[in-house]
Parts: sequence; structure tokens; C-alpha cells
Amino acid sequence: MSVVSRGFRGRARDARHQLPPGQYETTGFPVLSAGPTPTVPLEEWEFTVRTETGVKHTWTWEQLLALPSESPTVDLHCVTKWSKFETEWQGVSLDVLLQDVESRADYALVHSYGDYTTNIPVEDLLDGKAWIAHRYDGEALPPEHGGPARLLVPHLYFWKSAKWVRGIVLMHEEERGFWETVGYHTYGDPWREQRYRGD
Amino acid sequence: MARATVPRRLGERLRWRTARLTRREDESSLARTLVLDVPGWPGHEAGQHVDVRLTAEDGYSTQRSYSVASAPDGETVELTVQRTDDGEVSPYLTDELTVGDLVELRGPVGGWFVWRPEQKEPVFLLAGGSGLVPLMAMIRMRRAVGSRTPFRLIYSARSPETRLFTSELRRGDPGLDTTYVYTRSAPPQWPRPAGRIDASVVSGGGWPPDFEPTCYVCGSTAFVETAAGLLVALGHHPGRVRTERFG
Repeated sequence: MSVVSRGFRGRARDARHQLPPGQYETTGFPVLSAGPTPTVPLEEWEFTVRTETGVKHTWTWEQLLALPSESPTVDLHCVTKWSKFETEWQGVSLDVLLQDVESRADYALVHSYGDYTTNIPVEDLLDGKAWIAHRYDGEALPPEHGGPARLLVPHLYFWKSAKWVRGIVLMHEEERGFWETVGYHTYGDPWREQRYRGD
Repeated sequence: MARATVPRRLGERLRWRTARLTRREDESSLARTLVLDVPGWPGHEAGQHVDVRLTAEDGYSTQRSYSVASAPDGETVELTVQRTDDGEVSPYLTDELTVGDLVELRGPVGGWFVWRPEQKEPVFLLAGGSGLVPLMAMIRMRRAVGSRTPFRLIYSARSPETRLFTSELRRGDPGLDTTYVYTRSAPPQWPRPAGRIDASVVSGGGWPPDFEPTCYVCGSTAFVETAAGLLVALGHHPGRVRTERFG
């Protein structure tokens, strides 16, 4: 049972959207990151999937854009408490990128330009649940939001949607990523409020 | 007195604790410091934050994150909260919450944007507005443990009236150098006209990159983008630039 804070009423609640526990709605687009925004020239950009047997699959920027893309409209839930509803993206489904990748791995460690990492079970990347997104709200994805391309995994807290994504390493054993090693939850389901380790 | 060591308890579940307001102080025209008594508080590191949960009588509940302003000090936790006029939580915390009232608090959280006394390299702090709060915790931690690690602070504020911790920073600490930047209105006779930080301020008020300082940048997204970009452009290694932003 929660402690009531005397005199706190909160704001009128918007009934159109359902918020996960502990979240509030924002209409802005807050930015969070651990360090400076990396700049990656498009001609040097590449995205690599490395399997547990060491096989590498690499896409250049042009090759990524040549793949069939989707335009998901999704809700975002950040562990710092904001949620943003009905955001519009364009990107390539991980189902497309992983369809010819031979792997029996259960776990993925996602790597970013700027050395950020985050871990995700492979099954959370498949079946229409994740994209390499390169456009937001009809425009090229701005650098502070992870441009040129970021992972988009909207059913998990937004730190899993790695900005400035550069590749995925597939493996049999789970390895924790950057925020996961400094106290955040390994999985990060907003609906089960898995914010911090042990939640 | 503050303790130098903080128990590492990352493997343990973070619990909601009931916190009682024991004192509140005006910090600037917009901000207030809330001194909370949190029974069972395990201690924290300089730069960490806490989650605050408010629950209304009808059961509605919401949470926000706030940086801890104080150095570790037993079961006392200080938060310095800046009011945002259209906010749901900050006006309640700055204007409504009075001594004896209860909030719930969970933490400490975060193991990246922290300064630990065993770090020996120079420290470069860049604060925009209320982004000073976690950096102030680092300054206070340094003082509490008697550290002689050299600190430099660049503090960008809208105007002198909106500055936080004014008298404490004026009193100063040996080995801490502070440079002020005003973005909207500077005091009369101020050497630099009002405006955003730029390369000359960052290089003049900070450490050269070859001193390999750890840089902590906190403020709005616009401030952090500018300041972190200037640091990298001046030659600071991106891996030594740690950032934290508020919406």
C-alpha cells in the first residue's frame, strides 16, 4: 500500500492511452544518453550481425535503405518515467535482416557507435517486434535521437532501443550491456515495471 | 558527517521507502531544497538519483527522478527541485510539501554519472541550470572526504537570480574554480555578454584535454549537446565525457 502524500492530486488523466505503472505522458521527445552524440558519416556507416560461430553479415547504408522498410507507429516508454504515444518511424524489420542469418543463439548484445551496448533476448527482436529505424516523424532521424539509425524495440524500456546502432552479436549466454551492468534491469518490461536490477 | 564509502548493493532489490520532509530552503527564485529523513537509507554516491513517488488520496500515483544534491550523510537525503510551471510534480514538491509531509523514495540509482573519491584525475564539471544539482553532490562529496582532486566548474545559468547554491559556491572550496556563464541577462560590468557557452569558455574555464580530466555534463538537451560537442571538438576523448540530461 502506497503512502498518500498530503494535498497531492496529480493532473487530470488522459483516458485515451494506457500508461504502464509509474509512467507519465509527454508530448516532447526527451533525450538521454551516457556521453557525447557520435557523428557517423553515412559512407562509413555499417551494420553488422555476428553469429555465435563468428559469421559476419554486414550492410552498408545504401544496402540498408534498399531493403523493404516498414512504417511502425508505436508507443515509447522510457525508464526515466516518460511515455510518448503514437510515434511514427520508418525502418527495416529485424525479421528482414536476420532471415538469412544462421544461428541458434538465444541472446543478443547490441552495439552502438560510441561504445554503448544493451542486451536483448533474440526472440524479442523477431516476429515484427524490432526495427533498425532510420526515419522519425517523416524526417531523417536526428543525431541526438540516435541517427543515422537506431534500434527500435518499443515493447521494452527505451534504453533497449540502442541509438547509433552499429551491430548485433548473437550468443548462447546472456551478457549484460551498459546500463544493465550499472544497476538497471536485465530485461526491462515496462508493463511489469522492470526498471532496476531485482525488480 | 558524510561517509566516504557507500555500500555496493547492486544485486539487492531497490525498495520504496517512506521519506519525511524535515526542512526546506529556498535555493533560488525557482528552486527549493528539500531535506528528507529516509529511515533505512543505504547511502549513495555523488551523482546518483532517486525516484520519488507521489500518491493522491484517490489512489492515483506518479513517479519522477531527481538527482541527489547532498553528499552521503546517514539517513538524510537532500533534493534540490526546480519548479516547472506546467509540471505535475515539481510545483507540488516546491510549493505544497511542508515539513512533516511524506513522499516515497527509491534508490539510489545510477552507477555511471558518479564521481568517486578514489578517482585521482582532474574533474571538469559543466552545468546548465538545475543540471548543477548532481555536480553539486560531487563538489560536496569532495569537500566531505577532504579530497584534493582539482575540480573546475562551468555553470551556465539564465541570470544571477536563477543560480543555485549561490552562497555556498561564493564561499568556495580550495582547489575548485568556478566560471559563470549567463545566457539571458548578465550582471552589470560582467566581462562576458549574455550568451551560450562556446569554445573559449570551455577551454578557458576547464582543463586541457592532455590533462585527461573526467568531464561531467548535466543540463537540458540543448546545453548537453552544445557542451559535450565542444569538449569533443577541443580534443577530449568521448569516453571521458559523461552526460546526463533532463527533459
